[in-house]
Amino acid sequence: MELWFSEMHTKDVKMSIRVDKQLYSGKSEFQRIDVFESPEFGRFLILDGYMMLTEKDEFIYHEMITHVPMAVHPDVKKVLVIGAGDGGVIRELVRYQEIESIDMVEIDELVVEVCKKYLPQTACRFDDPRLSIYYEDGLKFIRRRQEEYDLIIVDSTDPFGPGEGLFTKEFYGNCYKALKEDGIMINQHESPFYQADAEACQRAHKRIVETFPVSKVYQAHIPTYPSGHWLFGFASKKYHPLRDLDETRWNMRGLHCGYYTTMLHKGAFYIPAYVEEMLKDVE
Amino acid sequence: MDQEKQKKAPIYDSLIRFDKMRVVPFDVPGHKRGKGNPELVKLLGEDCVKLDVNSMEPLDNLCHPISVIKEAEELAAEAFGAAHAFLMVGGTTSAVQGMILSSVKRGEKVIMPRNIHRSVTGALVLCGAIPVYINPDCDERLGIPLGMKLADVKKTIQDHPDAKAILVNNPTYYGICSDLREIVKSAHDHHMLCLVDEAHGTHFYFGKSLPVSAMEAGADMAAVSMHKSGGSLTQSSLLLTGPGVSSGYVRQIINLTQTTSGSYLLLSSLDISRRNLALRGEETFEKVIKMAEYARQEINEIGGYYAFSRELINQDSIFDFDMTKLSVNTLRMGLAGIEVYDLLRDEYDIQVEFGDLGNILAYLSVGDRPRDIECLVGALSEIKRRFGKGETGLMNQTYMEPQVCCSPQEAFYAEKESLPLNQTSGRVCSEFLMCYPPGIPILVPGERITDDILQYIAYAKEKGCSMTGTQDIEIRQLNVLKEVI
Repeated sequence: MELWFSEMHTKDVKMSIRVDKQLYSGKSEFQRIDVFESPEFGRFLILDGYMMLTEKDEFIYHEMITHVPMAVHPDVKKVLVIGAGDGGVIRELVRYQEIESIDMVEIDELVVEVCKKYLPQTACRFDDPRLSIYYEDGLKFIRRRQEEYDLIIVDSTDPFGPGEGLFTKEFYGNCYKALKEDGIMINQHESPFYQADAEACQRAHKRIVETFPVSKVYQAHIPTYPSGHWLFGFASKKYHPLRDLDETRWNMRGLHCGYYTTMLHKGAFYIPAYVEEMLKDVE
Repeated sequence: MDQEKQKKAPIYDSLIRFDKMRVVPFDVPGHKRGKGNPELVKLLGEDCVKLDVNSMEPLDNLCHPISVIKEAEELAAEAFGAAHAFLMVGGTTSAVQGMILSSVKRGEKVIMPRNIHRSVTGALVLCGAIPVYINPDCDERLGIPLGMKLADVKKTIQDHPDAKAILVNNPTYYGICSDLREIVKSAHDHHMLCLVDEAHGTHFYFGKSLPVSAMEAGADMAAVSMHKSGGSLTQSSLLLTGPGVSSGYVRQIINLTQTTSGSYLLLSSLDISRRNLALRGEETFEKVIKMAEYARQEINEIGGYYAFSRELINQDSIFDFDMTKLSVNTLRMGLAGIEVYDLLRDEYDIQVEFGDLGNILAYLSVGDRPRDIECLVGALSEIKRRFGKGETGLMNQTYMEPQVCCSPQEAFYAEKESLPLNQTSGRVCSEFLMCYPPGIPILVPGERITDDILQYIAYAKEKGCSMTGTQDIEIRQLNVLKEVI
């Protein structure tokens, strides 16, 4: 029997993963949710037909979206995470003792429930006492916050679908307002490679540049995302991602990672020429 | 309304049948189901272009409907509680003109509020009727024109007992309604027709807890913009008539100016939208009202904005309010509505319906989702943070009593001369000047130009309002009557 999951990376490019079996399929108020089991990537989560994470490569994304700002900001106490219903970002964040509270805002409660049941590899630390979960629209939640957070992590889906509002200028502006005077915002920044993704990437960058005084982009290699080349945005009111990186302090923590090192941290900000040009075009 | 009958969509069905017949076209349109215009097919899609066909036996004829269009008009009439419904393809402008041209002739009077749409003034030039204006009440704080006070209507009717008709906006662009039932009663008591511009009121026929519709209030004719809240394609509209109006005569009037090649894309969109409204309109507009109420609450919580609603109702010039309209006053933030309108577009990629001097209007409909509302509210909150100022003395849109010196038709066709704006005070204008949107006239042909009007023009220009209607696009010159009246 041939059973494959396929995702169209563009109209003319398709990625397929052989599937053992489907573990879950359901529809929430916001999207369709599917979980599959596969021989190569282990379990994987699909929202509205788009790959969110696989057990095999999720560590790359979750480490890179979390540890980069944590190695720069000297004193993170209060964190806001938007999206992140799979729990991967939370799992990485709770490794830091100095974080006092984490607010997580996820629009879709069903995603969290499904992940708790079928993806315990990421959805494993939802019981941390420092965590508060709010099931509501991220844009609405953040509108009411002012100078409250040291770090905001925007772990959104793509800018088509329920995550749309998390790529708008009003959202980035509201994030700016919700951050303390030395706060950092990290966002998943799409891929620079295929045209439609690249345009979304450029648009997001333009809006962030217009909002934050420091706005840099860094990269990681995530095999199951379109083109495998993925970007993250580092936007900040004060700290520079390389000049303010404190390698010794981070390494003294003794956190073991599968992808992130402080050496890689530095390398990740050196992006290909075509990406640099593409971003410069909108700066 | 017979729900079972309303499930039919005769024009839509006839197009599907026609498509299956695979008729070889040796008639117009010349693109021949798109084959002659591949770029157009690429843009609009083959399914769309192949239905762009001409009137023919199986598809009926809009100028003289006897089969499927007739049936679609009957279904629309039933759905809207009218004696007759005309499918219109020239926008609601054509429906408004149809109403006026059917009701008044040259030299006859028609009573109307000043905050009429440009389609009304256009109709006056075409037919030569003389407008008698009623000052719509004005809300000083919001700077918006309201409905007509019943006492003003009654007094005007008494002063002009020879008027043939009275026109009412139901509602205004901002969602404000006059006491339509009583106005209809007064008009009929004095043998006048009551015509209703319902460009912004299609949903009144289907929603609960919405203001009364023209047909329910007993009005004689109504122009209904199906393409606004009704969901049909742009430029499609309905003209409804009551039992006291000859539908044959109205059809003749419509055919004076209506195309003989009515678009089946527009006609089928009217047919399908009527069916949707009849079957699901009530729940749809309940959702829209809920979203609008939520948005108002959130916007008012930001501070600096005032999203107004039913609390304005005063039993007279604001007899009722359309809760689906999301109008937001911006003056307390020190920004003109038009400035917020521009910021939403330029900074946040959000297009709202219009901005005037003191307000913006966001148009909500069946197509909106709660997350889009969050974007709008989020952007408004950002605009306040980034651009908000203290309350400033912005000039309000105060009412300028028009001085009608001759009929719009006479003035429009009279001997005229072009003068620089600042030399026109005291002269009689021979052209239109609209502040658009919302398309409320500042000057109509035949009216005297005053210093107040010139001052208003300067202010609106400075604030970036779009002024249209004049021959000189830059509005440095105005055409005035050569003859000094």
